Amino acid sequence: MTLAEMQFALPDLSIASAEIFLLTMACLILIADVFSRDGKGAVTYDLTLLTLAGAAVTTFAISTGEVSYTFSNMYVSDLMGDLLKFMVYISVIFVLFYSRAYVRARPEMARGEFYVLSLFATLGMMVMISASHLLTVYIGIELLSLSLYAMVAMNRSSVAATEAAMKYFVLGALASGLLLYGMSMLYGAAETLEIPMLAARLLSGEMDLDIVLFGLVFVVAGIAFKLGVVPFHMWIPDVYHGAPTAVTLFIASAPKLAAFAVAVRVLVCGLVAAYYHWQTMLIILCVASLAVGNFAAIAQTNLKRMLAYSAISHMGFMLLGMASGVFMENPDFVPGAYASAMFYVVTYVIASLAAFGTILLLSRQGFEADEISDFAGLNRRNSWYAGIMMMAMFSMAGIPFFVGFFAKFSVLVAVVTAGHLWLALVAIFFSLVGAYYYLRVVKVMYFDPPASAEPIETTPDVKLLLSVNGLAIALIGIFPNSLMQLCADSLAGSILF
Amino acid sequence: MSGLPILSLAIWVPVFSGLAVLLFTGPDRNAPAARGLALAGALAGLLVTLPLYAGFDTATPAMQFVEFMPWIRRFHINYHLGVDGISMLFVILNSFITVIVVLAGWQVIESKVAQYNACFLIMSGLLNGIFAALDGMLFYVFFEASLIPLYLIIGVWGGPRRVYAAFKFFLFTLLGSLLLLLSLIYLYLAVDGGSFAILDWHQLPLSLAEQKWIFLAFLAAFAVKVPMWPVHTWLPDAHVEAPTGGSIVLAAIALKLGAYGFVRFSLPIAPDASYAFSGLIIGLSLIAVVYIGFVALVQEDMKKLVAYSSIAHMGFVTLGFFLFSPLGVEGALVQMISHGFVAGAMFYCIGVMYDRVHSRQIADYGGVVNTMPKFAAFFLLFAMANAGLPATSGFVGEFMVIMASVQFNLCVAFAAALTMILGAAYTLWMYKRVVFGAVGNPRVAGLTDITAREFLVLALLAAAALGIGLYPQPLTDVMHSSVDELLRHISVSKIQ
Repeated sequence: MTLAEMQFALPDLSIASAEIFLLTMACLILIADVFSRDGKGAVTYDLTLLTLAGAAVTTFAISTGEVSYTFSNMYVSDLMGDLLKFMVYISVIFVLFYSRAYVRARPEMARGEFYVLSLFATLGMMVMISASHLLTVYIGIELLSLSLYAMVAMNRSSVAATEAAMKYFVLGALASGLLLYGMSMLYGAAETLEIPMLAARLLSGEMDLDIVLFGLVFVVAGIAFKLGVVPFHMWIPDVYHGAPTAVTLFIASAPKLAAFAVAVRVLVCGLVAAYYHWQTMLIILCVASLAVGNFAAIAQTNLKRMLAYSAISHMGFMLLGMASGVFMENPDFVPGAYASAMFYVVTYVIASLAAFGTILLLSRQGFEADEISDFAGLNRRNSWYAGIMMMAMFSMAGIPFFVGFFAKFSVLVAVVTAGHLWLALVAIFFSLVGAYYYLRVVKVMYFDPPASAEPIETTPDVKLLLSVNGLAIALIGIFPNSLMQLCADSLAGSILF
Repeated sequence: MSGLPILSLAIWVPVFSGLAVLLFTGPDRNAPAARGLALAGALAGLLVTLPLYAGFDTATPAMQFVEFMPWIRRFHINYHLGVDGISMLFVILNSFITVIVVLAGWQVIESKVAQYNACFLIMSGLLNGIFAALDGMLFYVFFEASLIPLYLIIGVWGGPRRVYAAFKFFLFTLLGSLLLLLSLIYLYLAVDGGSFAILDWHQLPLSLAEQKWIFLAFLAAFAVKVPMWPVHTWLPDAHVEAPTGGSIVLAAIALKLGAYGFVRFSLPIAPDASYAFSGLIIGLSLIAVVYIGFVALVQEDMKKLVAYSSIAHMGFVTLGFFLFSPLGVEGALVQMISHGFVAGAMFYCIGVMYDRVHSRQIADYGGVVNTMPKFAAFFLLFAMANAGLPATSGFVGEFMVIMASVQFNLCVAFAAALTMILGAAYTLWMYKRVVFGAVGNPRVAGLTDITAREFLVLALLAAAALGIGLYPQPLTDVMHSSVDELLRHISVSKIQ
């Protein structure tokens, strides 16, 4: 190797400036937290929010809409990434606001680490979203997962939380192993880990397809684990249930966006030539998730657990869109399917934030409002919060005018366009099953007498954000056009065939 | 006509009044304000629909008062409104019934008054949206969104088994409407370039197999909503458990949605399948008329009895549609309007008695005429109208449909005409047991006659029932050209 070839070109750091900013700030906050001795993490909290806002501004400022690579093509910046990162910041900010009171009431969690770990998890998601190299994907997933394992275990004295963290860690490590093993197979076949080059080599048809498919199975399993779809869903109910509600809220929101991005980057961008195979796998995962998620949710009395199973079914529904993307008959609709999946995941996160936000709102010191019966008569205690929870439930059930309906609708259009009419029938059957348990929550809130007369106290900022969250469910439902279009436009630029 | 978007007003005036009631008069200490505001909203909602009738051009079958605005561009979904001679009447009927409903709940509803009235007002707007929508998705969105307020009305203010009834109502209708959604998506993709415009679908050529599947999916949605035998079982439960206002809206408007769906979707989009399946629909309709008529006869609960009689009357409507003659379709439409007033009035009458005695069992009454003479007079009129006595609105539609079925087939006509006997039997027998005879028990003896507000409601409904019965011409004039166009359209095969 000559000297000239060894010359090291400085990568274009500006593309990743949001990540760099966030990492720097996370490290600084970690130090600042050690020196701030108020013990409640107030300074850390403020700095964390400022950091997220700063990252949002940075992402917005450097967003050009062009696809650009850096770090030797390991890192990509495009409109889809920017949009998803933006959603990640917003949802993490909402999570932090909602969890503030909950965390303060629990001394073991009320430490700076909670916020620093949130930031590292956010960084992990950003890396996942912007990955254009299989190793970058892996690093992002690990950064997110390790932060989450620690966050789940933060409430040390809680047996349930410790157990959940242990399960999450063991199963998560297994899934990471699967993913890494699959990636090594792909590397063996394609001799590259760069996603665009992988796609090009696969399309050229010079590779041994058997090895690719062997690797593909593991990669799909790894991604399915992160999304939490059947049969890789085992961790979801226990972790959602056992984790402190603030952490459950975190897990149930932003990481879904990052997992979606990984699915698009690896499967749609990287392995498009093997589309037939992964679409078939995804269809199996979808149907299994819809069935298990919806039926198991009916039997739950714990709201967090019910929402966990509902999350499984929602991710299954989202994958329906992913599984309907590429087909031979009608190329016009191709980006539409992924756009519908993206719209689905974004709107799911909005509804999920509102639902868990309401649970956090009702939780107090030493009391977790996570049984469905804790919501009894909420309408009489406070009709506004009951209304927000109702909107979240109807949105998840897919009833118009709430945004979840249009998400389901656009996925169904994609599925029918792809000619999978039977799959659409399966999907609507399970939507009907799903409607039952969401209606049950509404029933408990509206039809039953109140469980306690205690007034619901909260700070004005949480009240405002929760109201914004609830209104977003209704308003995006009435005017879904812009967000749908944004999802479609951002994906159109990112999916290169 | 002035440039006002009348249909948009008909939809959004009630919805925003409902939201205003919710926002400004939340807690129950503001109940009087909530009632007043709700009544003002309902009256405003009725007023804005009146230009629809006044400015309606009866000569054309085309859509009138059309409004068009892109809504969701990605799927070519538009905010496209318009009414013809068929749908226009239902918009006015619905807005009228909303006023009645607000008045009906005036004293009876004491908890969560603002939410109660807001539910009805919002639902009224959504129902107007269903009748005015010319875009398939817009129709669907209104169609399904209207489930939410009714679910809450039954569940929050209903009777002892309200939870069961509310779930049954919601899930039954949702099952049907999800299949409808799927066929709407199928039709969207079947049009070149994709379109959700109902009028485009009317012109869309479809093979017989496609038409049959689409017809069956529509049937699943609309048959549940009508409701037709054998998917009618949710209705008696919902009626019995719902508060009076809920029953009135359910009977007067919600049941019409299914029948309206047949006219707007099934018949013109799948005409060949409609002919192919007409035997099935006529059969189911006759079962509803005859069998459900007998079921009504043995009911002990007044609300259940009227609920079953509603199913029988709606059987007449579906029968009229599938005879494919102008007389049949117009008769069915008149029957729908008439049933809106009469069934609404019947439920109101039962509500008036229930508010005083807190029982719906026929056995708990007897001799009501002695203590409530004014009420008994009104009740008699509506009972007669329900039985189809000439000169009441109930007669006109039934007579037209029976005439059409005589033209079609004498056996069908014979079965259909049984309703004249059965309707009289179950309604009048109930009336006799409740109203006539000696005063049955102390609770009946302590009854007080209707108040001025109740008198007003009953008088309004009585005027409508008698008016249509004596002079149905204005009603049929309006629908005439639309019905002719519909029949002309479905007589042309779509198979290419």
